Amino acid sequence: MLIKRPEDIRPSEITDEAVFRSRRTFLRTAAVAGVATAGLGLAATRGVRALATHPDVAAGEKIPNVVESAYKVDEALTPFESVTTYNNFYEFGTDKGDPVARSGKFEPRPWSVKVSGECEKPGEVDLDALLAPHQLEERIYRLRCVEAWSMVVPWVAVPLGPLLARFAPTSKAKYVAFKTVYRPDQMPGQRSGFIDWPYVEGLRIDEATHPLTVLAVGVYGQVLPNQNGAPLRLVVPWKYGFKSIKSIVSIEFTEKEPPTTWNIQGPSEYGFYANVNPEVDHPRWSQSRERRIGELFRRETLMFNGYADEVASLYAGMDLAKHY
Amino acid sequence: MSPAARVRALKLTTFAAAGAPLVALTAAALGGGLGANPVETITHETGEWGLRLLLATLAVTPLRRLTGWQLLGRVRRMLGLWSFFYVGVHFATYAVLDAGLDLGFIVEDIVKRPYITVGFATLVMLVPLAVTSTDGAVRRLGGRRWRALHRLAYLAGVGGVVHFLWLVKADLLEPLVYLVVLTGLLAARIPAVSSALGRWRATPARRPDQGRARATLAPRGSEGV
Repeated sequence: MLIKRPEDIRPSEITDEAVFRSRRTFLRTAAVAGVATAGLGLAATRGVRALATHPDVAAGEKIPNVVESAYKVDEALTPFESVTTYNNFYEFGTDKGDPVARSGKFEPRPWSVKVSGECEKPGEVDLDALLAPHQLEERIYRLRCVEAWSMVVPWVAVPLGPLLARFAPTSKAKYVAFKTVYRPDQMPGQRSGFIDWPYVEGLRIDEATHPLTVLAVGVYGQVLPNQNGAPLRLVVPWKYGFKSIKSIVSIEFTEKEPPTTWNIQGPSEYGFYANVNPEVDHPRWSQSRERRIGELFRRETLMFNGYADEVASLYAGMDLAKHY
Repeated sequence: MSPAARVRALKLTTFAAAGAPLVALTAAALGGGLGANPVETITHETGEWGLRLLLATLAVTPLRRLTGWQLLGRVRRMLGLWSFFYVGVHFATYAVLDAGLDLGFIVEDIVKRPYITVGFATLVMLVPLAVTSTDGAVRRLGGRRWRALHRLAYLAGVGGVVHFLWLVKADLLEPLVYLVVLTGLLAARIPAVSSALGRWRATPARRPDQGRARATLAPRGSEGV
């Protein structure tokens, strides 16, 4: 997915899934067996690269050409196991274990994103083409859920700002609205009606183009698993997790503040901004502390989730208790 | 089986069933099977089992009336005490691991968060019920006063369900199931419904094996709460 692939792949050229799987199994077996002779090693590397361009590229494949980023938290990483089994992704169910258990049928490839609204170059773009001009970076960020738990996650991501710039937003583009894919046949949670699907989120344009804001395509150096929002999700580390919308199919520049799902769901509990703020409690629970996954006791929650130096200026003069 | 043996068997079965979640939780905790957020798992599991067993306790009397199986009354206290045990562990988990035994934090939570206020009130209601659950306490209080006090169990049931309803984010389905059960149990205490339950059991059509079904109608008012 990360290397541009020809647009004209005929169905006959697409590897049969069984072959694809067995090839992966072979690669894994080879790795486990420790077969590391130069020749075989090269072949295996080629195999991975080929798979990366395949529309069926699967979660867990290692992503090549990821560079380190200066944006990294110097705290212990939350284990891969926890990052990929403890998820809020209501499209697959409301239990933390539902996303990993019930996302097996979800098909994150092929994938395209529609970019529209207040911009000069709108269009529907294939995922590979969307990412191609950008350098993939590893961003190690804190993730703070509105439910008062947190993680430290190494994302593979591209900065959103330069990506948005390619679509030439006009001066009317004050906000960016995002939409999750709607596939009730593959997302069992979307078959229940308590949320008005599809999930929608939004950012102010200065938030969206802030260097910390990224679109993630991987985690722990690997292709993003379905339960984490495959194939493309937003990550805004100074906001509560629900702002970081998953499985994005639409990006729209708007002049007005776009509606956002949790704000519609409970306006008194979830604001448009949803900045992590230990001073402003959720009406039903304190936000002053959080449980870092893997730790027994709670720790203090940091203002803007520890990113105050970078983002506090975005909200200068705003009453954050009012704009929660 | 002699009546005494039947009581023993029923008590043993109930004890094992009510204790099974504790065994399962402990086993999972030792085997690292509590998931990414073990404290949350323990909090949710103990809270839910406390509520389930509280509702089971409240179901004893209506079930006894419905089935005519008087023995059920002999395990009501055990169910109630197990419920109290799980609710106690639930609160202790919160107080120690969530609040870090910070009394100021706990008090602020109880005062400011309605679902914690209600949850804490429910725990407080269960304390006198557990304390007066002994035979001696029943004697000292006298049956009438003891029964009056133990009607608090219904209020505790309401508290438990409200506590659950108010804490979920969006999906009300699970707490609503508990609400429906609780509503049914409360309805079963309405005198007209309660005697209807007794009549349902006594209807000859329902008891084809009993020629003189009418005679099995339990005397009314012979049961406690």
